[in-house]
Amino acid sequence: MDVKFNMVQKTKHFFEEIGDLSFFAARFFKQAVNPPFEFKELLRQCYQVGNRSLLLVMTTGFIIGLVLTLQTRPTLIEFGAVSWMPNMVGISIVREVGPVITALICSGKIASGFGAELGSMKVTEQIDAMEVSGTNPFKYLVVTRILAATLMLPLLVIFGDLIALYGSSLVEFFKGNVSFRLYFNKVFEALSFGDLIPATIKSFFFGFVIGLTGCYKGYKTGRGTAGVGIAANTAVVMASLLLFVVDFVAVFVSDIFYEL
Amino acid sequence: MKEAMASEEIVIKIENLCKRFGNNEVLKGFNMVLKKGENLVVMGKSGSGKSVMIKCLVGLIGPDSGIIEVLGKEIDQLDQMELDELRSDIGFLFQGSALYDSMTVRENLEFPMRRHRKKFEGTTDTLPLVREALENVGLAHTMDLMPAELSGGMKRRVALARAIILKPKLILYDEPTSGLDPITAKEIIELMRSIQKKYGTSALIITHDVDCARVISERMILLVEGVNYAEGTYEELIRSQDPKVNAFFKK
Repeated sequence: MDVKFNMVQKTKHFFEEIGDLSFFAARFFKQAVNPPFEFKELLRQCYQVGNRSLLLVMTTGFIIGLVLTLQTRPTLIEFGAVSWMPNMVGISIVREVGPVITALICSGKIASGFGAELGSMKVTEQIDAMEVSGTNPFKYLVVTRILAATLMLPLLVIFGDLIALYGSSLVEFFKGNVSFRLYFNKVFEALSFGDLIPATIKSFFFGFVIGLTGCYKGYKTGRGTAGVGIAANTAVVMASLLLFVVDFVAVFVSDIFYEL
Repeated sequence: MKEAMASEEIVIKIENLCKRFGNNEVLKGFNMVLKKGENLVVMGKSGSGKSVMIKCLVGLIGPDSGIIEVLGKEIDQLDQMELDELRSDIGFLFQGSALYDSMTVRENLEFPMRRHRKKFEGTTDTLPLVREALENVGLAHTMDLMPAELSGGMKRRVALARAIILKPKLILYDEPTSGLDPITAKEIIELMRSIQKKYGTSALIITHDVDCARVISERMILLVEGVNYAEGTYEELIRSQDPKVNAFFKK
């Protein structure tokens, strides 16, 4: 009986959470288009989001490029297809691995940061103080952060992709004696706009999801310092989960366009 | 010692204020009047609804029923623009100071001014105003420091400077001395008195600090179980034979 009751409660809580998140997103769209616009804070947030994540994204991208090439090389040699390495790595990094890995890294960094920052502001009444001083805290804190994450993630993905390809080219240079020029020529020959555009559009959605969940969890933090930790933690979990859902939808939709 | 400045002009009027959170009925018909220039203290145990009441006054929490009039305007009849306009005449000192962590002291003080430029027409340089507010609380030298670099008492004083930067007609204090040592608490109380004297503001003080209430109040209301249980001056209440009233004042 208890198990059944718990299941019902958890399901109810899940749908309530989805509903709340949808209202939060609707509130974002409504407030984002109405003046006054907080341009200065938006620029500051863009700098914070981009600058804080860049090194991490580049390091991860570099390692992913190295590992992907090292792991794939023996199999391609076995099939006599090692010359296809730049094509394979290029397409897989640009279309899927780059955006997803970068988004996951950013969900850990950005979503948790937003969750903790807004959560602690809520707990210490800073959000109330902002409202009393005549500034709309949702617009100032939430809209700017979600927009910053949405705008910066595609840029981070591009940086991550380039560094991952550089890492891959290093392996090919040292192990296969392939020059950087030849490697990148083959990569760009293999890539088309059909690979780049869906990946870039997907990255905007990834950024939106990361910003939205981080801000949602932080803004809705329960009272108390324990709530801040929970907000940061659940923001990462929720953002990571939603990233895969968005990724599936994006791949599904772009696949329909390919078939047309 | 207390300045008897109160006039008959009403600054805050609350009638039959009710508020519940789920099954918890916090305010059950609270009534209150604050006159111009008056220092009114509302005392009550933790969880008695003091902070909820003060947040209803600035529109941070919406009441379930009842009428709240602040500076002649009924709060729940105002649109967002009018509410923001009214808020520029109200200073609010939060319990935990609520300074913005990511901003310097100067930026903290400038923040309320960004939305209320009309009040400072002709003034493009905010520095003199920030300096004046900080000088009032004796912390002009902290302008470029971050809140994390300040002690608890200094944070409270900076928060007080932020509350007065817009030259409000009314200041709301939510537990102004909580979490402070007795000497710092006394300094804060003195600052509150000097600010009232200098700017002629009215003040509503929410506290459970009896010493603070004794020094600063001209009139007191005891909030018990969501209603005003007793009302009067400190001297009147301390002489009361009612056990619930006595419970507040006995150490």
